[in-house]
Amino acid sequence: MESNRGEMVSLKGKDIVTIGDLSEEEILTVLDMARTMIPIARGQKKSRALEGKVLASLFFEPSTRTRLSFETAMHRLGGSVITMSGTEGTSLIKGETLSDTIRMADVYSDVIALRHPREGAARLSAGFARNPVINGGDGAGQHPTQTLLDLFTIREELGDISKQHVTIVGDLKYGRTTHSLSLALARLGASTSLVAPDIIQMPKHIVADLRSMGADIHVTSDLKGEVERSDVIYMTRIQKERFLEEEEYRKVAGAYRLDLSLLESAKKRMIIMHPLPRVDEISPELDNTPHAKYFVQAFNGVPVRMAILKLVMGV
Amino acid sequence: MKDLRINPIKNGTVIDHIKPGTALKVLDLLKIDVTENKEISVAMWAHSKKLGYKDIIKVEDMELRPKQVNLLAVVTPNASISIIRDYKVIKKFKVELPSEIEGIVKCENLNCITNQREPVPSRLLKVGDEPQNYRCFYCGRDQENITSNII
Repeated sequence: MESNRGEMVSLKGKDIVTIGDLSEEEILTVLDMARTMIPIARGQKKSRALEGKVLASLFFEPSTRTRLSFETAMHRLGGSVITMSGTEGTSLIKGETLSDTIRMADVYSDVIALRHPREGAARLSAGFARNPVINGGDGAGQHPTQTLLDLFTIREELGDISKQHVTIVGDLKYGRTTHSLSLALARLGASTSLVAPDIIQMPKHIVADLRSMGADIHVTSDLKGEVERSDVIYMTRIQKERFLEEEEYRKVAGAYRLDLSLLESAKKRMIIMHPLPRVDEISPELDNTPHAKYFVQAFNGVPVRMAILKLVMGV
Repeated sequence: MKDLRINPIKNGTVIDHIKPGTALKVLDLLKIDVTENKEISVAMWAHSKKLGYKDIIKVEDMELRPKQVNLLAVVTPNASISIIRDYKVIKKFKVELPSEIEGIVKCENLNCITNQREPVPSRLLKVGDEPQNYRCFYCGRDQENITSNII
């Protein structure tokens, strides 16, 4: 699905708030560009493509991978980063509105990467900033760059996304990555199994949206039964605080744990992904198997965010 | 002679076929100032051949436009509006769900940025044909009960 696009579509000046803001063509443009960024992301090749450009990295919530990979992406392309040291000492604690903080950061920089604890914060910011705003996760809402790096990982490892069967496992109710990933996979033609216990299964309106898109979706609570047909098993963390009883949590967490014995029927090329951080859902014994791609996936955050930064700045 | 609980009006607007029990909410939604010296008649739980029961509102000397009344579709989807001049109906229309509701209904997601001290009005977009099918433009939350979140 990567050729025959001729000229790349332009994303110059575009805000990326949800994965829905991008057309299929734009998604594939990001993935194509990301591939060319890999040697630069690894430090094997140098680039000054974003020299003189400034990224405002506004993280109002702790983040490791997203923040570091955005900032690394900017540095690898020769650009600079301005940032805040936590929320202490910043205008937020003095009662400044997000919209004022954004207006200020906007005139100091060329692009804004934002993470915020409130849902809708990125859409609001996009309305106030002249320059592009990239959502690095807002509350339980959207996290489009995670989805793009997930799609990138699948395509780099396995090829054509539309031919894959992706099994998404864990907290499908509250996990923001799983909602936008399942929608993007459906748009790109992949089939999906949604595996979770009933109480944290995918919200009905999302399943309805997926079905209305004509997606091949299988909703189940049985992980073992899905292993054999999966090309990708996408694990997510099940959060303890979603359960009223500790015992119930342990039971569920135990039933959704990948280990060697569970993978007996797996395809040879099947890959395991995880947005990280993981707790117990993937046994460390799998880390050195060819299936384990979660650290590659974490690395892919850099080339994908490099591609996004370049594209929205039109460089 | 037919017993009229509310008299016909000379000039103004009649809102008929209102879902029974919601007339006061309708007045509230239309932001009609009841402290003003204006003749307003309200009938609640009136018998209706078609609906069983209905509410009716008549406002003298005030002509409502479709845009103003469309929000009513959210609380009473079947309401009809008649504009009266000199005792005659000169225009009649039904309320239609607006494609967008701005600044009138707050997003029910308490963690939505619009429920913070930000200088933007709430903005809900219509995503289906049922009165409740609205989604927050900012946080994307599908609203479950927008009638209870009217500002």
